[in-house]
Amino acid sequence: MNAGLELAPVVALVGNPNCGKTALFNALTGSRQKVANYPGVTVEKKTGRLTTPAGRALTVVDLPGTYSLRARSPDEEITRDVVLGKAESEQAPDLVVCVGDASNLRLALRLVLELKHVGRPVMLVLNMMDIARRRGIEIDMAKLGGELGVPVVSSVAVRRGGTDQLLGEIDRALAGLPKTAPADWRPPGAGELRGAQREADRILRSALRGTGRPDSGTNRADAILLHPVAGLVILLAILFVMFQAVFAWARPLMDAISEGFTWLGAMVGEAAFLPELLRSFLKDGVIAGVGSVIVFLPQIVILFFFILVLEDLGYMARAAFLMDKIMGGAGLHGRAFIPLLSSFACAIPGIMATRVIDDRRDRLTTILVAPLMTCSARIPVYTLIISAFIPDRELWGYVGLQGLVMFGLYATGIVGALAVSFVAKRLFWRTNAGEPFMLEMPGYKIPQLRSLALGVWARALAFLKRAGTTILSMMILIWVLASFPGAPEGATEPAITYSLAAMIGHAIEPITAPLGFNWQINVALIPGMAAREVAVGALGTIYAIDGGDGAAAKIGQVLAGQWTLATALALLAWYVFAPQCASTLAVIRRETGGWKWMWTTFGYMLALAYVAALATFQIARALGAG
Amino acid sequence: MPDTSALILATLALGEAAVGFRGRIVALDMSRAHATGLPRSELERRLLELGFVEGADVELLHQGLFGGDPIAVRVADATIALRRREAMAIMVAGEEALP
Repeated sequence: MNAGLELAPVVALVGNPNCGKTALFNALTGSRQKVANYPGVTVEKKTGRLTTPAGRALTVVDLPGTYSLRARSPDEEITRDVVLGKAESEQAPDLVVCVGDASNLRLALRLVLELKHVGRPVMLVLNMMDIARRRGIEIDMAKLGGELGVPVVSSVAVRRGGTDQLLGEIDRALAGLPKTAPADWRPPGAGELRGAQREADRILRSALRGTGRPDSGTNRADAILLHPVAGLVILLAILFVMFQAVFAWARPLMDAISEGFTWLGAMVGEAAFLPELLRSFLKDGVIAGVGSVIVFLPQIVILFFFILVLEDLGYMARAAFLMDKIMGGAGLHGRAFIPLLSSFACAIPGIMATRVIDDRRDRLTTILVAPLMTCSARIPVYTLIISAFIPDRELWGYVGLQGLVMFGLYATGIVGALAVSFVAKRLFWRTNAGEPFMLEMPGYKIPQLRSLALGVWARALAFLKRAGTTILSMMILIWVLASFPGAPEGATEPAITYSLAAMIGHAIEPITAPLGFNWQINVALIPGMAAREVAVGALGTIYAIDGGDGAAAKIGQVLAGQWTLATALALLAWYVFAPQCASTLAVIRRETGGWKWMWTTFGYMLALAYVAALATFQIARALGAG
Repeated sequence: MPDTSALILATLALGEAAVGFRGRIVALDMSRAHATGLPRSELERRLLELGFVEGADVELLHQGLFGGDPIAVRVADATIALRRREAMAIMVAGEEALP
């Protein structure tokens, strides 16, 4: 934050979830906004700048939605601390603007009454006035302002000029503003909440002119979308399209990015004027490292586009409603469904998508198990080993054995994830009954293209900035391990066999021997940390197989001659569970705001992988496959 | 008040109401919500913050496929989803019993 921003008056936007607060924030600040994290927590911090008609420069903070200052989640704690001026890194707000959905004001009015107790200047904005009018809701704003004792203005965030009245009122409020010290605030008890809600109901009745009609569009849609059977079928269809899009639409873009970086790497690799080591560092370390991060960008953009559309539409709350009971059986929250499904494409966008889960514990459990979903990077490894070791024959006349093994690997990952979340819920949180599932289902609204574009842009940028730095440094570390020390003069073996990676491979052979892994496999697993599929290429390098067309098939033939079936099966079991992805670990560190959950994930996955591979190898050998 | 006895007789927990039920909240009784994972005072405050206050009109709109759980309830102008377990604490009277 620069000095100019520090000095500008701060206006904090507070409101119930789904009140259109973010749309208003976007309308006020446009592209002059940034998304970051509050220090030490995973809560998104959205700030933006604007200049009022009177020429006053302001900082606007979009605070997480809440029903009360009585914080129940890390998000709501941020809202409370910022409003109270207790957030250390944040400037206390000069004006609190409470945003309310004009057609659904009951809970917002109670929040205004609570905010008044804080002792800072408060203003109420009735947002989405156009929708309220269409439903025949007329509000006497002067009466409402008089009863509440705060200025009341209306706005239509999604229309040009829809915020003029609000900006004028902000100017008026800030002009004659004494710097007020907040009163001592304490959480209200049940009696106070009850009294405040009754008072809010009385005020609303006195200010309402025209009772309004029910939101018939939303009611009609919900009759189908929340139908116990049809609702689930539609949800699955939506998810299928989404999954397909993340998987298939992203493919050409990902291939293009991948080819672009390969070409760039080749160019650098042929730059004869550079020293050999620098060329290798740029090609295999930096370019391959950056490329392995950026290649995920299309998936992330597509996934977040879908998530934001569903969120803005108001469908996300419905999806959580439909899936709550099914997910609840494994101790997961209804909202964990979409992040876990996304993880079948790649755990990185999946983990980023866990932001839709409000409760911290539910979110951490979801992050913990997301990497167990079979991501697309495992497919090349599975395909290689299955085609080399599993005979291509039919079972019972119509089921392919190879396909069945593939399906088994997916199923093992899913069952593993459910089991881990079941255990984690009890081990880490020590509660049988989780957080109660309670959420408001907003009326359906057409998403605004501008809002979607801003949201996707902000997340793509955040991914590149944050994950890029951490992931790149891990890639460089892996390159160092695989490149040093170089091959001696007159070496006959591939260079990697003389590297630190090979030394580690030999050193850990006693540990991996019970799994049936030889040192060559150990070495392949190290560059495989960069991205799972890299292990295929690494095996090719170690067994000194030329690249080019049909390399994978050649690797398969060589492996079939070198490994036993038990070793191959153990490696498959290992790959289902092993934390073989530095990028995922880096994203977990970023999203959870620390090392603790990254190491927890790494540790439990490593343990599961070891046990699974050990059991597979020993059982397979006992059955005569060794 | 001749209506009172009829009202008491017609009182039930929202957690045991069927889809289509319309009525009014008459009381919040935390002793009826079991194993919710929250202390009673916290559950009461959360229900109040979502607008479940005595006197508010409610309608049970939708329920889930398995065990009729969770439920979607219209409270005044808002629609709130919650589980039947927590909704057991919300005592309601059917509209036919209301004065």
